Amino acid sequence: MKLGTKYGGEIIIDHSHIIQFPAGIPGFEEEKEFVLMDMSHVGNVAFQALQSIHTPSLAFIVIDPYMLTSAYEFTLDDATIERMAIKHIEDVIVRVIVTVKSPFEQSSLNLKAPIVINTREKQGKQCIIETSEYATKTPLASFVSSEAKGGS
Amino acid sequence: MLILRRKSNESIIIGDDIEITVMGIEGDQIKLGIDAPKNIEIHRKEIYLDIKEQNSAAANVDITELQKMGILHVK
Repeated sequence: MKLGTKYGGEIIIDHSHIIQFPAGIPGFEEEKEFVLMDMSHVGNVAFQALQSIHTPSLAFIVIDPYMLTSAYEFTLDDATIERMAIKHIEDVIVRVIVTVKSPFEQSSLNLKAPIVINTREKQGKQCIIETSEYATKTPLASFVSSEAKGGS
Repeated sequence: MLILRRKSNESIIIGDDIEITVMGIEGDQIKLGIDAPKNIEIHRKEIYLDIKEQNSAAANVDITELQKMGILHVK
């Protein structure tokens, strides 16, 4: 199907790539279907966009937190595991939303509310980690060095 | 808004299957116990609002900076 996107213009996606978010995303509760698209067309392979299927102008920039640190850990409660039909941990991928700022070093990551996706069942959810150790505005600069400025 | 007075260890029932119990009162803090079906999400309001706000901010960003930056130098 053809899909209008915020960051990639019109693209063609397969129905099988659509991820269901039955509860929507906090603040966007009506948005229940998204697709994860790469950003290589803007020359950046580290980030992806979580693009709404129904609202072309709605997309979040996300990143795999494990590209930045291996020390990010949280526990999914049984109700979430059941609701998302998670059977095998290998089916699960995690992305965190990046609030991109200018200059780039001032961007932040929402480690408090990761996007958890069961790739097998195509179920997604923005989970809220109830422990206090992660913040909604963790500076990206705490993981990425300033050498990144200007690119290479 | 319905306002009810409850003492420690007293509860209220919402609908058939949600029960909120005052587990204890310490100074200006009240400890609540909540029994609800698994499909009901329960969050501290300020955290939920913070996440909503952050999502709205993240949905309205200028990605020019992203384009400028080819690769990430992870520390």
